[in-house]
Amino acid sequence: MSTVETISAADGTTAARKPVTMAQALNQALRDAMLEDPTVHLMGEDIGTLGGVFRVTDGLAAEFGEDRCTDTPLAEAGILGSAIGMAMYGLRPVVEMQFDAFAYPSFEQLVSHAARMRNRTRGALPMPITVRVPYGGGIGGVEHHSDSSEAYYMATPGLQVVTPATVADAYGLLRAAIVAEDPVIFMEPKRLYWGKADWSSAEPERVPPIGRAVVRRRGASATLITYGPSVPVCMAAAEAARAEGWDLEVVDLRSLVPFDDVTVAESVRRTGRAVVVHESAGFGGPGGEIAARITERCFHHLEAPVLRVTGFDIPYPPPMLESHHLPGVERVLDAVGRLQWESDWTASGVSSAGGFEGGGE
Amino acid sequence: MTVLEQPGAYHLAPPPAWRPRLDPAPLLPDGEPYHLLGTEADLDPELLSRLHAGVVRGRRFNEQATALTKQGRLAVYPSSTGQEAAEVAAGLVLAEQDWLFPSYRDTLAAVARGLDPVEVLSLLRGDWHSGYDPRATRVAPLSTPLATQLPHAVGLAHAARLRGDDTVALAMVGDGGTSEGDFHEALNFAAVWQSPVVFLVQNNGFAISVPLAKQTAAPSLAHKAVGYGMPGRLVDGNDAAATHQVLGEAIERAREGGGPTLVEAVTYRMEAHTNADDASRYRSSEEVEHWRAHDPIALLERELRALGRLDEHTVEAVRADAEDMAAGMRDRMNADPVLCPTELFEHVYDQRTPQLREQSALLRAELAADEELAAETAAGGTGAERAGVPSGADEGVRRPGSETR
Repeated sequence: MSTVETISAADGTTAARKPVTMAQALNQALRDAMLEDPTVHLMGEDIGTLGGVFRVTDGLAAEFGEDRCTDTPLAEAGILGSAIGMAMYGLRPVVEMQFDAFAYPSFEQLVSHAARMRNRTRGALPMPITVRVPYGGGIGGVEHHSDSSEAYYMATPGLQVVTPATVADAYGLLRAAIVAEDPVIFMEPKRLYWGKADWSSAEPERVPPIGRAVVRRRGASATLITYGPSVPVCMAAAEAARAEGWDLEVVDLRSLVPFDDVTVAESVRRTGRAVVVHESAGFGGPGGEIAARITERCFHHLEAPVLRVTGFDIPYPPPMLESHHLPGVERVLDAVGRLQWESDWTASGVSSAGGFEGGGE
Repeated sequence: MTVLEQPGAYHLAPPPAWRPRLDPAPLLPDGEPYHLLGTEADLDPELLSRLHAGVVRGRRFNEQATALTKQGRLAVYPSSTGQEAAEVAAGLVLAEQDWLFPSYRDTLAAVARGLDPVEVLSLLRGDWHSGYDPRATRVAPLSTPLATQLPHAVGLAHAARLRGDDTVALAMVGDGGTSEGDFHEALNFAAVWQSPVVFLVQNNGFAISVPLAKQTAAPSLAHKAVGYGMPGRLVDGNDAAATHQVLGEAIERAREGGGPTLVEAVTYRMEAHTNADDASRYRSSEEVEHWRAHDPIALLERELRALGRLDEHTVEAVRADAEDMAAGMRDRMNADPVLCPTELFEHVYDQRTPQLREQSALLRAELAADEELAAETAAGGTGAERAGVPSGADEGVRRPGSETR
C-alpha cells in the first residue's frame, strides 16, 4: 500500500523534522487548537479515556479535562445536534464521527440545521463546527467501516468539505477547519492515518487555505485530478507512467467544497487531458461534477473526453474483495491509455460506456 | 484448556449484586394532570392577569394569522388555538438570560416572550426563514423538522453550564415529536450531562391526523422521563397558572443544578393542523366541543372574576390591546415585504465561494434584464408596468411553497 511518504514535501529544511504519522499530526492540530482557543470543545464516542478508536484524540482528555474532550452517549444525531446548540452559545465544537458509515444518523442535523443555520438566520447564528469523519477503504474493515461518503456532503449547500492527503495538510487543514466560521466536514482518509512524513511539530509548515487545490506533481501529458486516499495511488501511477512515456500531472484537490476551479482548469488547459480518480462510487459521485466543470471551462483545450476512475457502483465490498473495487495504479494507467493518444478514439471501445472506467483487473 | 478445566477457576458464587442506580419513584409523574385554576390554591392575581392578557392576545394572533393566510399573505399557518395557555406560560416563564426553542406551531410562545409578531411570522410568510435574530432575542428559529431542535437546546444549556452561566433552555415539542429519535437522544444527553434544560411536550391529541394512541404505548408522555433518569411532570396544559407553575419549578430546578425535567402539558388543538388540513376526516365535532368547555381563556376569566380582578373594563382593555396587535399585523403584513433576491447568496457561507459569486452575478444579470424589459415596455406605453410592479424574479421569491408540516 502506498503511504504519504512518497509525496512528502521536500523543501530541504529537515533539521527539526522527524517522521510523523497523519494521526499524530491530527492529534497535534487538535491540541494546538484547544490550547489557543478555550471555546474549542471535542465531542465524540470513545474519544476521551480511550483517545479515539484511531487514537487521534489520544491524551487530550487527560490534558484538557473531560469537559473539553467529552465521551458522549453513543448517538450521532445527539452529538451533532448538541454541537449545534453549543455553537449557538458561542463554542467551537469539533465532533468525531467514529467511522464514515456511523455518521449517517447525524445526517438530518447536518443537512437540516448545521448547513442552513447561518442562512436561515441571515448570519446571526454561524455554525463553526468541525465534523471529523474517518472515511474510505483499504484497511480491511468489515461492512460499514469503509464508505466514501463525501458526495453526500458535497451535495449539501452550506457545508465545506475538505480532505487531506499529506501529514502537513492533515495539520494545516484541520487547524483551518476549526477556525472556519462555517461547518466543515473534515474527511480523514483512514488508510493514510499511519503513513509517515518528515514534519516539524514545533514549526508546522503553512499550507494553502481551504478552497485551494495543489499540484503535487508537475507533468505535461495529462492531469490526474484526485483527493484524499487516492492521491498516493495517483502519485504512484504518475511514476509508473513514465515507463509508458507519459508525463502526468497530479492535482490534489484538498478541498471539495469550495472547489478550486482555477487550479484544475489551469492544469487541464495546459495538458489537454484529464482523468478524475476517487474511491467513492462513480455514478452521482464527485467525479461527474468535476468532469462537467472541466468540460465547461476547458472544452476547446481538451484532446479527449474527461475520464473517471472510481469505485464501482456497488455497496462497499467485504474486505477480502475490496482490492478489486479500489482504484489502483493499473486502472488509472488503463484510463490514461484511453485518452485518445491516437486518432481512432471511437474504436477504443470506451465511448458507449460513457467514459466510466471501472473495468475489472 | 478451557476455563472449566482449570482447577479452582470456577466457583459457584453469585454474580455481583445488581442495584438500580436511581430510585425511580420520585421521578414518576402524578396520575392526573396537575391543575390550579378552580381549586383552593392561593394564586398570584398579578400573574393571572398577565397570563390572561397573553392568552387573549394569543387567540387574536391565531385568528389574525389564519385570516392573513386565507388572504394569501401567509403561505401556511399552523394554529395553536386551544393551546394558548401552554404557549403563553412558556413565553412568560423564562428569565431574561434563558433561551426558548420553539417548534413551528409555537409562534405564540415567541410572541409572548416579546418578539415582534411580524418577525415571528417570516417563516410562514415566506420572506425569509427566520425573521428575528435568535442571539438578540434568545429564541431559536422556529423548527420545522420535528424534535430536531431538542438536541440544540441541550447543547446550548450544556455550553451555558460549562461557562458557568445560569442560563436555562426551554425546548418545546408536540406529542408526535416524542416518537422521533432526536427526542430520545436529546433527553438522554440532557440527563447524562445534567444539562439545565426543560422539555415541554404539548400533547394536543394529534400529529396532523394521527391520534396519540397510534403514537405511543407509554402510560403518559411524562412517564418517558423516568427511563432517562429525570423527573416527569404531568400538567393540565389549558390551565395557564398550573403550566406556568410547573414550568417555573422545573426551570428553577435546572438553574440550581438539579438537571433536566420533562413536562407533558395535556391540551387540545381546536383547529385543523393547518389551513390546508381537514380535521373532520379524523375527529368528531363532539370531541372538539368537549374540549371547548375546557377553554383556557374561560378558565382564567372564571378565576379572575372569582378573585374580583376582572370586570367589563378590564376585559375591554385586554381585548383592545389584542385588537391593536391584530391591526398592526394586518397593516404590516398587507404591505409587500422588501426583498433582495441576491441576498440568497449572502448567508450560505461566511465568505461567498467563487461558484456562488458566479451564480449571484447570473441572477443580478437576469434582474437587470427584467428591469430593462419592464422599462422598455413602460416606455412603449400600455402603462400596466409603470406602476412599479416588482420584477418577475422578485415575484418568484415572494411566494414560496404552500405547505409545511
